[in-house]
Amino acid sequence: MKDMQPHTPAHAPDGPLLRVEGLSKHYGARIGCADVSFDLWPGEVLGIVGESGSGKSTLLSCLAGHLTPDAGQVIFETRGGPRDTVQMAEPERRLLGRTDWAFVHQNPRDGLRMGVSAGGNVGERLMAVGARNYGAIRETATDWLGRVEIDAARIDDRPRQFSGGMQQRLQIARNLVTGPRLVFMDEPTGGLDVSVQARLLDLLRGLVRDMGLAVIIVTHDLAVARLLAHRLMVMKDGRVIEHGLTDQVLDDPQAAYTQLLVSSVLQV
Amino acid sequence: MNAPHHDPDYNFAYLDEQTKRMIRRAILKGIAVPGYQVPFASREMPMPYGWGTGGVQVTAACLVPEDRLKVIDQGADDTTNAVSIRRFFQRTAGVAATEKTTEASVIQTRHRIPETPLTEGQILVYQVPIPEPLRFLEPRESETRRMHALADYGLMHVKLYEDIARHGAIATAYAYPVEVEGRYVMDPSPIPKFDNPKLGDNPAIQLFGAGREQRIYALPPYTAVRSLDFEDYPFDPSKADHDCDLCGASGSYLDEVITDDQGSRMFVCSDTDYCETRRDAGHRGRFSPPEVQA
Amino acid sequence: MYVAVKGGERAIEAAHDWLAEERRGNPEVPELSIAQIREQMALAVNRVMAEGSLYDPDLAALAIKQARGDLIEAVFLIRAYRTTLPRFGGSVPVDTDKMALTRRISATFKDAPGGQVLGPTFDYTHRLLDFKLMAEGETPQAQTRDSAPEPAPHILHLLDRDGLMEPQPRHDTAPPALTRAPLELPATRPLRLQALTRGDEGFVLSMAYSTQRGYGRTHAFVGELRIGTVAVEMDIPELGFAVEIGEIELTECETVNQFTGSKTEPPQFTRGYGLVFGQSERKAISMSLVDRALRWKELGEEDTGAPAQDEEFVLYHCDNIQATGFLEHIKLPHYVDFQSELELIRRLRREAMTAHQEAAE
Repeated sequence: MKDMQPHTPAHAPDGPLLRVEGLSKHYGARIGCADVSFDLWPGEVLGIVGESGSGKSTLLSCLAGHLTPDAGQVIFETRGGPRDTVQMAEPERRLLGRTDWAFVHQNPRDGLRMGVSAGGNVGERLMAVGARNYGAIRETATDWLGRVEIDAARIDDRPRQFSGGMQQRLQIARNLVTGPRLVFMDEPTGGLDVSVQARLLDLLRGLVRDMGLAVIIVTHDLAVARLLAHRLMVMKDGRVIEHGLTDQVLDDPQAAYTQLLVSSVLQV
Repeated sequence: MNAPHHDPDYNFAYLDEQTKRMIRRAILKGIAVPGYQVPFASREMPMPYGWGTGGVQVTAACLVPEDRLKVIDQGADDTTNAVSIRRFFQRTAGVAATEKTTEASVIQTRHRIPETPLTEGQILVYQVPIPEPLRFLEPRESETRRMHALADYGLMHVKLYEDIARHGAIATAYAYPVEVEGRYVMDPSPIPKFDNPKLGDNPAIQLFGAGREQRIYALPPYTAVRSLDFEDYPFDPSKADHDCDLCGASGSYLDEVITDDQGSRMFVCSDTDYCETRRDAGHRGRFSPPEVQA
Repeated sequence: MYVAVKGGERAIEAAHDWLAEERRGNPEVPELSIAQIREQMALAVNRVMAEGSLYDPDLAALAIKQARGDLIEAVFLIRAYRTTLPRFGGSVPVDTDKMALTRRISATFKDAPGGQVLGPTFDYTHRLLDFKLMAEGETPQAQTRDSAPEPAPHILHLLDRDGLMEPQPRHDTAPPALTRAPLELPATRPLRLQALTRGDEGFVLSMAYSTQRGYGRTHAFVGELRIGTVAVEMDIPELGFAVEIGEIELTECETVNQFTGSKTEPPQFTRGYGLVFGQSERKAISMSLVDRALRWKELGEEDTGAPAQDEEFVLYHCDNIQATGFLEHIKLPHYVDFQSELELIRRLRREAMTAHQEAAE
């Protein structure tokens, strides 16, 4: 079980963890996302921002393998070397989805088994990769509940009995328990009260830093982006219209659309 | 109880030859891929779905006139549904019937594996109500088939985990899921978990037929079968902590029989042939009649 | 002294004898003939033929008699008989345009070529018990009309011509056969329709009703409901052409359903379809509603999670022979499994109580 513990921040990387090249997805005649390319380095947090309908969720689904893109490559630095995950067979991609990758949904109901206890939810990924010692699984689950600030006494309770914020923290624990290297997050703080959001963001920031996670986070909330992301991509109509360091993009936006986006938020 | 000829109004063993060939192909595929559920075009039989139509079709596809058939339900040859199925084959196939496990070439069973060890050349046919071990965790057939294809079995262990978290033990007493040759997770049909150890490394061919759900699967002889468990909560094939009150057997599966309204009960072998054979050999239990009756 | 339970064989025989006696009822009351059931219980016969998937009124009547009027049991007898029949081949698709109509109504047009024909319907009868039927001997006579019936083309064709209906291109590929191949999902529409036409009338009715109450609403109108007889033709390879092998009575329902269109397609009406053996109009209308609800994916509609939109749910649960067999099998002995549960629960309770005691000490 020891190797399931979080990694220390990644050692000096030789290259990007993920290389995305020319990724496109169409829905009939409509563009989902078009010609998206970027690199993501180990330990780096990339924010994808834009209004709803801008293509950011389509892009995230294509990256995570939930949707098959029409064109492009998503090359991930697997433990066995770089691989285009678009071309991977479904079993391989699913294995990746339970080991090196994780996906945090906006709605915890989509990412949790609501009829299974908190411990079972956290333990599922461990069991899916072969953990067969009940005591060790439970110990790891207890440890992870602690890290996401859920009382260990709640380990046998079902997520239905949890508040929205707790459910989201449980979803995060369930995802991070196998020590993934790349985490996809789809509006992880959406739908939560502001005070609950703040606590969750704080927790996420700590975990990302301590585990050296690379993260791709989709959000329409620029405050969330500023707090978590090192770099930002701004999307409009399925295309990336601006890309740069977070502070740069937010403090000195170049594209007219980004300026509008930033100003509309700052006035709130 | 032997019937020398079959009813000329029906094809041998009821099903037409085309259908039997189709079922044999499914059986062969099942044997080639142990534990994999092969879809087959289950026919409508003259007995209700859920009453052994899958097992009956598999038996019909396996039978030859020289066979000697044994049919048991709950381990007993004389339970009504076993009688009904045996009579069906005596009429439509005219095969010889037997109650002796050792003499049978084909045994159709519901809910038990005979106590007497099976031998090479025997075929054990199980009646299966729900072939999908993941069904009560995931109701969608399209999704469970994908889970099998990808060997995505984490959820199965989540169920066992939940049992231990809630009850302190794996709370599955029958239809206890097994892993076959390190690959497919399989439902052994609703046999008590006591019978699970007999599934693996068995010299007989074991065939499983689910009529309503249109699936056939198989364990070829000497297949590795492991009951799912945790290292620290190992599989436990427990049974009633008694000996048979009729034949004194200590290692057979027992039925509990309530004998009066004061809560008195006795325990007897569920496998009636096993119990009779032992009694004939002179074994005695707590409530055995005095010797004169033997 | 305990004696192991024996005598299953004798009990079964005795039960069969008793059943036969009960089926006959009081011997002083005249026995029903197959012809009486076929002629006077025609709608029951129709239902048994439809759900039994076998068009044979005499055998359906026999099944009803043998089943003591239990229609699901009768369907079961027919299905079990049907499965032993050899398959000679498939017929040419029946042409319902040429149906000899006994009933034809449209809810969408006041009148249409061929007219509205009420036919022998319960629709406008007042549901008052007719005590005269308790007496015997009356032979009611209906009026007849001499004129030859006019041609009655399908009403939806008329809308089709204006481009208001979704087009329905003709397919000549043989449809999959539900009783010859295992059901695999996702199912094609022909396969879904096969399952629905032999599905339980009550189940299909309730599914259809649920769509009307908002669980997967499709805004259906009965574009046309027609009942009548059609010729069944079969290609005979040796002859090189199709010959008529018989005539069957069918009920056909086509619904017209609202469709808002999309960015690429102008608004059009969509269809639901029902076709059932015999005069079975409740079933045919229900079937067309459920068919339409199941088409949500193909038509780009939202999955609202309604049961009637869920193909796997509908197809796996509409067959009453599968359902009743599995439901009733729980009355078979399960004492081996129950015993195993008994052992387990005793052990778990013992452990729990010991733990309590230890905690108390």
